[in-house]
Amino acid sequence: MVSGDLGFFLRHIWLIPLFPLFGAVLMLLFGRRLDPQHAHGHAHGRGAGHGLISLLCPGMVGAAFVFSLGAVVQLAALAPADRSVEVVVFQWLTGSGKFHADWGFLLDPLSSVMILVVTGVGFLIHVYSVGYMGHQGGYYRFFGYLNLFVFFMLMLVLANNYVLLFVGWEGVGLCSYLLIGFYFHRKSASDAGNKAFLVNRIGDAAFLLGILLLFAALGTAQFTEITRILRIGDYSADTQQYFNLTALCLFIGACGKSAQLPLYVWLPDAMEGPTPVSALIHAATMVTAGVYMVARSNALFVLAPETMGLVAVIGAATAIFAASIGLVQNDIKRVLAYSTVSQLGYMFLACGVGAFWVGIFHLYTHAFFKALLFLGSGSVIHALSGEQDMRKMGALKDKIPWTFRTMFVGALAIAGIPGLAGFFSKDEILWQTWSSQDGAHRFLYDVGLVTAAFTAFYMWRLMNLTFYGRSRVAPDVAHRIHESPPVMTLPLGLLAAGSVVAGWIGIPKVFHFPESWPSLEHWLSPVFANPVAETAATEHSSAAAEWGLMALSVAIALGGIWLARRLYHHKPEAADALERRFRPVHTLLYNKYYVDELYNALFVNGLAKGGGTALGRFDAVIIDGGVDGAGWMTRFTSTVSIWWDTWIIDGAVRLGSFLVKFSSYPVRILQTGLVQGSALFIVLGVILIFGYYLWG
Amino acid sequence: MHPVTTYHYLVLSAALLVIGTIGVLTRRNIVVILMSIELILNAVNVNLIAFSNQLQSLNGQVFAIFVITDAAAEAAVGLGILIALFRNKETVNADEVDILKW
Repeated sequence: MVSGDLGFFLRHIWLIPLFPLFGAVLMLLFGRRLDPQHAHGHAHGRGAGHGLISLLCPGMVGAAFVFSLGAVVQLAALAPADRSVEVVVFQWLTGSGKFHADWGFLLDPLSSVMILVVTGVGFLIHVYSVGYMGHQGGYYRFFGYLNLFVFFMLMLVLANNYVLLFVGWEGVGLCSYLLIGFYFHRKSASDAGNKAFLVNRIGDAAFLLGILLLFAALGTAQFTEITRILRIGDYSADTQQYFNLTALCLFIGACGKSAQLPLYVWLPDAMEGPTPVSALIHAATMVTAGVYMVARSNALFVLAPETMGLVAVIGAATAIFAASIGLVQNDIKRVLAYSTVSQLGYMFLACGVGAFWVGIFHLYTHAFFKALLFLGSGSVIHALSGEQDMRKMGALKDKIPWTFRTMFVGALAIAGIPGLAGFFSKDEILWQTWSSQDGAHRFLYDVGLVTAAFTAFYMWRLMNLTFYGRSRVAPDVAHRIHESPPVMTLPLGLLAAGSVVAGWIGIPKVFHFPESWPSLEHWLSPVFANPVAETAATEHSSAAAEWGLMALSVAIALGGIWLARRLYHHKPEAADALERRFRPVHTLLYNKYYVDELYNALFVNGLAKGGGTALGRFDAVIIDGGVDGAGWMTRFTSTVSIWWDTWIIDGAVRLGSFLVKFSSYPVRILQTGLVQGSALFIVLGVILIFGYYLWG
Repeated sequence: MHPVTTYHYLVLSAALLVIGTIGVLTRRNIVVILMSIELILNAVNVNLIAFSNQLQSLNGQVFAIFVITDAAAEAAVGLGILIALFRNKETVNADEVDILKW
């Protein structure tokens, strides 16, 4: 519905992704010339090109943010029922029959939340990167990839059909791969990039299958069409049986991209990339694409109850599984990585119990505090000249005060302290899990509650090991500790502010805020119009229960914080004692349940190497056998052919020549070579001819 | 005394032709063979002159002079070949030169 009365920004939403694309193309084509000395990793002397990159690349994302903000403001001015603007730039793929996929963009409340998160948080992380990456080689390359990532991410969230979404989906995967392997000279980094790429392939294959199934069942790949068809039930009865399978395929795709069990293994390794990349791609935006996609497909998922149940179970299982690993890790970024996996599990739990808006709400608040925590950890690593092991940190509270203060806010937010962003979104997830379908998900609620305790514990373990207690910093590093420059601390401050206020648009109804208070649930309701699930959740809920559960989760969070503080600040020896007491459990958790080893044994060594041996055997016996057999056959037929040639063909030729020679014997005796013999024949001939004429 | 008529010339011519032909076919010495060829040519000349006289036309005499010229050239070439042959084979006998065969 492109009409003239739409605002400028709404009519031109297709411009939004082009800003970062422009930056990316410029960087990847000319960046090396702009910033030549940084191509080889020499830090001294920053030219004008360096400054240009520092302005241009964050600037492009900033411009995209301003443009997005304008578009969202204009979208909000429309009536709620009209808040779905589609702009088709050109027809992209047209196939036989009804199939077509356009280069079309869709701005509705769901994608508006996503573009604001992507461009807003993305902009802050770009600014931070100017400080963080400034003294490292490949500056232009880094920003080129980062801008390219933002472009693809915007394509992903703005696409109006699954095919174009898949373009963005693969594009962000590519950028993720490139940025994980940014320090490609380090083998572990390039291995991690490969791992991310390969694991994602599994999910992507399923996702593609899901798209094809969806098209086969409904005849379109366009979101608005699919939603309309599914909502009004305009499909034949026999297509209904495919809904579960289709939703399952889409969910497997989401599992790959959003690092859910059993495809989560790539995300912790992805921490090999530079820290701003971990913050932007592997915490705030790309990994949430799976949640976005499931939420985007909500009309399908509500018709596939079995798959919904699986989504909820996988989400809860991932949440507690990853959180328990995070309890004992020593690498600061790894703790945060497992925390991300765990929080993504929460989002899927919310989607799985039918509360899609809550999943998006948590996605949005999580983007703030997880980006903040990652960037904060980057600042810590920066201050410690690259040290990531928390056992070699401690007592940094006063040395890097701004990093500490902002991270403190972030840790409070993720732990679920009332008033901060994480509290509202996480509590809403727990409440929806508890109350949905008359309490069918009570067990998942318990899992979520334990995960909340784990979350508070590992975050405060991280905070205590890093900032409090006794300094365990290596002496040669200790005297170089310095607070990061303002270009890094300013984004931290803004994200910290976001981590406080972001949750205020999702305040539960029991607080009885005025109707005019902005509500994300209300904003997203046109996308998730799902009367059945919603009434079930709200009608049966009693205010007392909700207050009680809220108090319980706050108590759990505080308990986790208290325990972590006690173990890692007041009584470090108690932590060691506990560790010794539960040695097997600790070893199991510390080694991440040996999942990597299991996958290595099963798939890498088992399937890949074993398969390789089997294939080698196949090659040696069947293929080579075939080739050898063909060779033997050729030799055999050639022997026959030689025999035939020698005896039959040559024989015929020789017989011919022999016959000619044999028949020539009577004639050649006439050929004496004597001149007079010839003359005699001439005379005889003349006499014959004359005789014929005279007497004949 | 009978007058010499064309008939007589023709008899002479035929006799010369037969003698020359027999000479060519039977003599071994190539010099003699060449001489026999000359006899054959002169048989033709006699024939031409006889008819020139009979028909009172000079055409026959012109032909006879051409044949004499031709005979001179032929004798020159024939003797040249003969000398070359003698230098190589040290013979002038026709039956000793038989390499032009299978």
